[in-house]
Amino acid sequence: MTKEALTKEFEAIVGADNVLTSETDRHTYSYDAAVLDSVMPALVVRPTTSEQLGKVTALCNENGLPLTVRGAGTNLSGGTIPHPGGVVVLTNGMSNILEINEEDMYAVVEPGVVTSKFAAAVAAKGLFYPPDPGSQTVSTIGGNVAENAGGLRGLKYGVTKDYVMGVDFWDVNGELIKTGSRTVKCVTGYNLAGLMVASEGTLGVFDKIILKLVPPPQAAKSMMAIFPSMKAASETVAAIIANKIVPATLEMMDNFTIRTVDNFRKAGLPTDAAALLLIEVDGHPAQVEDEAAKVEDICKQNGCTEIKVANDAAERDAVWQARRDALPALANLKPTCVLEDATVPRSQIPNMIAALEDISNKYDLTIGTFGHAGDGNLHPTILTDKRNEKEWERVEEAIEAIFERALAMGGTLSGEHGIGMAKSKFMIDETSKGTLEYARRMKSVLDPKGILNPGKIIG
Amino acid sequence: MADINKLAQMLKELDDQLVNCMRCGMCQAVCPLFKETGREFDVARGKLALLDGLASEMIKDPEGVNERLNRCLLCGTCAANCPSGVKVSDIFLKGRAIMTGYLGLSPVKKAIFKGMLANPKLFDTLLSFGSKFQGLFTKEADALLGSSCARFNAPVIGDRHFKGLAKKPFHKIIPEMDTQPRGDAPRVAIFTGCAIDKIFPSVGEAAVKALQHHGCGIFLPKGQACCGIPVISSGDRETFDKLVRTNLEVYKNAEFDYLLTSCATCTATIKELWSDMYGGYAGDKLDIERIAEKTMDISQFLVDVMGVEPSEVNGGDVTYHDPCHLRNSLKITAQPRTLLKASKGCSLKEMPEAASCCGCGGSFNLNHYELSQKIGNRKADNIQASGAKTVATSCPACMLQITDMLSQRQAGVGVKHVIELYADGLPR
Repeated sequence: MTKEALTKEFEAIVGADNVLTSETDRHTYSYDAAVLDSVMPALVVRPTTSEQLGKVTALCNENGLPLTVRGAGTNLSGGTIPHPGGVVVLTNGMSNILEINEEDMYAVVEPGVVTSKFAAAVAAKGLFYPPDPGSQTVSTIGGNVAENAGGLRGLKYGVTKDYVMGVDFWDVNGELIKTGSRTVKCVTGYNLAGLMVASEGTLGVFDKIILKLVPPPQAAKSMMAIFPSMKAASETVAAIIANKIVPATLEMMDNFTIRTVDNFRKAGLPTDAAALLLIEVDGHPAQVEDEAAKVEDICKQNGCTEIKVANDAAERDAVWQARRDALPALANLKPTCVLEDATVPRSQIPNMIAALEDISNKYDLTIGTFGHAGDGNLHPTILTDKRNEKEWERVEEAIEAIFERALAMGGTLSGEHGIGMAKSKFMIDETSKGTLEYARRMKSVLDPKGILNPGKIIG
Repeated sequence: MADINKLAQMLKELDDQLVNCMRCGMCQAVCPLFKETGREFDVARGKLALLDGLASEMIKDPEGVNERLNRCLLCGTCAANCPSGVKVSDIFLKGRAIMTGYLGLSPVKKAIFKGMLANPKLFDTLLSFGSKFQGLFTKEADALLGSSCARFNAPVIGDRHFKGLAKKPFHKIIPEMDTQPRGDAPRVAIFTGCAIDKIFPSVGEAAVKALQHHGCGIFLPKGQACCGIPVISSGDRETFDKLVRTNLEVYKNAEFDYLLTSCATCTATIKELWSDMYGGYAGDKLDIERIAEKTMDISQFLVDVMGVEPSEVNGGDVTYHDPCHLRNSLKITAQPRTLLKASKGCSLKEMPEAASCCGCGGSFNLNHYELSQKIGNRKADNIQASGAKTVATSCPACMLQITDMLSQRQAGVGVKHVIELYADGLPR
């Protein structure tokens, strides 16, 4: 079929307004948030109903057109960068919350629902949807599931996969595949919903997602602990967990990040501190009091020089504002900001911190480190200018070195940003030849023409 | 038309600023236009990518990019919330100037900008004719708001309920002033602004009344020109320079402590764009910076300099809309609210999303009325949700847009400038 004829076919399904063909418009769907080159799609299609989405998927398959689903395009590993000549399928025309069931504590949503809007709608009903990825004010639930997005609350509440009860998706033939259920327990058939989580759009096109909801914690207490060394801070993290306390959030910042954040907002952070831990415990009020006191003790026993406990909402907000400022503040320093998310078992945090220092020195790069220390998911952030080719080469080498060290510690390539295109060539280092072949065989049967987000995860 | 290679070279000037966008996409959360359309080319990230694409010759469709670039309210909400601190509005204005240099100005804009706006006297004369004859084409739509709509199907007016030209513009009511302060009160210069002069002269009168009440000496000169925002947002650098120059001549040799405007857009333009975008005689830079430093929003002046404080006497509910050019460009949100609380007979009642754009965006309203209306209707919903019978704001452009939206739905809500409400409560 010619491109004109194909365009007509897509227009017949979704309406002319929802097919973008001009070079200018297509260019704005050629990238995501990863530091990778743009790839121009042939068409951009925006279905507004479930039926249209199924038909679009089938039409792509019939014509062997690569199909990349895109929510907010905030992916950090190139998962939403299209394949050359492919079709970008937008989900923001399907952004309805179909049901929030308070009795059975679940919700059913379309893939284009924005995460924070969903969380707010759930909160309005007195329930809680914990996953809170950094991009939650724009990211979509479809993208969160496809990437298994994490966030600050991962330590205690888990990540997106822990809330996915079911996914209805379109296969390449335009058949609606139903998986999971609205019940807590369900062993009906293969756990296909689980297979969809972190599949990065390579196995099916999400139509509806069933999400688990939980009761919100009744109380919370936040504190900021100041340490004379990253080592003391990371040992404190290990000690808190060893004492059987699981804070809702347990975040760390290195001195470089502290200074940058303070310079950014003049929030009066201790700029001479080597490390900060930002901690929040939540739950029943009595438990919160008890755990907060224990955490305070543990911090002090591990060399904490000062601990500030937030006494009201404003002080609590100030603690978390500092953490929210970390990435923007770092990003302001240099034109290019490479945000990594290699993750290690949390007992290895002290070793990982030391490794990052080595790497920063060896490759002569500025690396700010902050992140989810409690779950071993640090965000070493390399500040550079991609136009400086010499430095960029060193950045690429440093990234490889970070992966190598993380894997050697029993860690993983990506805690929450996905493999996409950026990390697919490193998959073999963490898994095995056999693992990749198994995955490729599965994909080749489910998607014989290889149209579903080609080039991602398994290359 | 020059060749596209040359355009790419010209856009390279923006490279150092464009590269700061890390494509995180967080602007999608705050862009009022994206909220309505959901299209990437409507949000800052998309537009920055388009400029970058054109500069690096990845795409070769300057007309297409220009059209997308102009589909923007220039409200600056994205820049105010950008994690990487990208100066989005600055890039867009420079981008528009480069694109206009390359593609040329539309004949209509050329006629209006160069033929009329650049020549304040002619502009005034033409509009005074307009004021006399507008009744032939329009009829009253809402008595409370003083709005009008078209008598018959007229181009440009369309479905708009607009605030007509005032019978007597401000510069006819008070042609000029040059008074000394009482005691140690400061002496202030007033920059009237086109919309206040020609459509809302009562705002100008209220400002004078309030300043006199506080004992300020007033310098209100003749011969003021437009601040330049309509022309620079259309990329017309030449006319912009001319207008800035005209205004400099009027103000630069006068003695005053502050330059005040009651128009958020004029304030932001004088404070930020005059120095950023002026391409005329380099020797003018010092004068521009000196004036920019002295420029203040009227409520900011009354609260921060004159120390106006909230009063105990409350009255009817008034809600406040944050003009983008005060909130996003100048970070002024508290002072207008304080001034309202200080106004006799007013109680401030916040509306939901007070900070979101009203959808006017100057010429955006003319070129994309349907979208402008959608955004404006959301604002009108929020105003009504507050339950207040009056909405106050600090920018005549917002007043025009909000008047249109409220008049169309006969909401029974009045639109006032903050300074009008404050002046109303002052003794005569």
